Amino acid sequence: MRLDLTHIQRWIEPGSRVLDLGCGNGEFLQRLAKERQVRGLGLEIDPDKITNAVSRGLDIVEQDMDAGLDNFPDQSFDTVVMAHALQAVHYPDRVLEEMLRIGRQGIVTFPNFAHWRCRLYLGSRGRMPVSRFMPYNWYDTPNIHFCTVTDFEALCEERGIRILARDMVGNTLRRPLLASAWPNLFAVTAIYLISR
Amino acid sequence: MKTSTVGIVAPQRARFEEPLTLACGRVLATYELVYETYGTLNSARSNAILVCHALSGHHHAAGYHSADDRKPGWWDECIGPGKPIDTNHFFVVSLNNLGGCHGSTGPVSINPNTAAPWGPDFPSLRVRDWVHSQARLADLLGIDCWAAVVGGSLGGMQAMRWALLYPQRLRHCVVIASALRLSAQNIAFNEIARQAIQADPDFAEGHYLTHNTLPAKGLALARMVGHITYLSDDAMANKFGRDLRSGSLELGEEEIAEFQVQSYLRYQGSQFSGSFDANTYILMTQALDFFDLAREYGDDPVAAFRSAQCSFLVLSFSTDWRFSPSRSREIVDALIAADRPVTYAEIEADEGHDAFLMPIPRYLALFTAYMQRVRGDC
Repeated sequence: MRLDLTHIQRWIEPGSRVLDLGCGNGEFLQRLAKERQVRGLGLEIDPDKITNAVSRGLDIVEQDMDAGLDNFPDQSFDTVVMAHALQAVHYPDRVLEEMLRIGRQGIVTFPNFAHWRCRLYLGSRGRMPVSRFMPYNWYDTPNIHFCTVTDFEALCEERGIRILARDMVGNTLRRPLLASAWPNLFAVTAIYLISR
Repeated sequence: MKTSTVGIVAPQRARFEEPLTLACGRVLATYELVYETYGTLNSARSNAILVCHALSGHHHAAGYHSADDRKPGWWDECIGPGKPIDTNHFFVVSLNNLGGCHGSTGPVSINPNTAAPWGPDFPSLRVRDWVHSQARLADLLGIDCWAAVVGGSLGGMQAMRWALLYPQRLRHCVVIASALRLSAQNIAFNEIARQAIQADPDFAEGHYLTHNTLPAKGLALARMVGHITYLSDDAMANKFGRDLRSGSLELGEEEIAEFQVQSYLRYQGSQFSGSFDANTYILMTQALDFFDLAREYGDDPVAAFRSAQCSFLVLSFSTDWRFSPSRSREIVDALIAADRPVTYAEIEADEGHDAFLMPIPRYLALFTAYMQRVRGDC
């Protein structure tokens, strides 16, 4: 279980309806179903991940977020989750707007591109960072829209999106203080609970 | 005979004496349904799967009728030990629908009132008539609630109708390569098929059985038209391309060249016309044309699906142009809007509509994964 998913769980009400955009193999939805008794639906486009998620007993719809989400009615879910996919969609701003049209609240997680290691890598080598967390070369990566904690909050401000809570995850569990105090420098992963 | 098979199976016959009022208003006083079963019904009677057949299908879905049978049942790729509908765990019921020509009461049966074959006087049927008759078969077999009702194409329409008419009697509904209703283009192809049959002088306005003729040419032509719609452009290109069966396209050659695809279609047509009844073909294509899941729900499929209580698996195939992926998406979107549990995937496949009968690895893997969930709910 990825660290950011553990954080998300407490924001999800038991028995609520959850849409997971880019649900992967459904690990998170399965856990929510078990521990929070949610009624979940996952969206995914990778065939093997879909089969894997279905074998966990989950409902999965093969659908590409970049082609739109207008088949989902307004306010039809309690929570719409998008974990580590914001940086991989064509129009992150539109997806955010759609999340809050479909759901009462949204939960977004993304890798913070302004983490000091990224800055150091880019600053010292002058090349796009490649690491354990971002293992792709710039020319062959699903991550086409990297952003920083500050970028994201600026976008929310501009679009009138309310940040209800945020959680910053540092590169080790023992040092959460740095990540909370200076998130744009020390957060590896940013987690936001948002609403209209 | 392949190893992972249900083996030798024998059809069974059920007779129903309670009159069945049909959607058209007419009443069938008695009727018979021919069916096969595979696997074992558990003591809780909770592991039963109903398989609904498509336009030209029948009860023989899996296994062999004898040791010398060359071909297994029509859905043997998906039904059997270790297959998606795993007969080690499920009790599978597959019937020939009412109006069919493989043993169930239909146009080739004797009309008790006239002592002659029903022929074209057999009542017009709707998908819901099949569902009601299937429910009576379930009663007879002691099955209160199906673990799943499963069908491809026209079979998927029956499965969806089950979910609306008997919401308490199925836990899962599996709809493969199907649609909420036919498009104008779908109906147009069916009309050509019917016209081909009716234009054959041997059709005798449907009374060919009493005239001792058979509209074989018309039925073959109808099948040829239908068959084209089951295949994709790519599938035909891969299978035949422009290969010639005889003659040549060289200049100066007088003999007319014949393409492989021509002889293939003629073979398919003649095979079919020897094993299928023309009146049944007309009746089945009409049932397809008339099917419209949401018609009496104000043409709103969302309202229609609100009366369903089961979970749904919907599958489509990328090159299917008869019931294309976008038709399946209409089903899925309505289910999402109706807040029904749904799983959907579009399977990449070259085989067109026929893909639902083929052993495509992703299709089988996903179908298997879903059926394991069905098993968990038994």
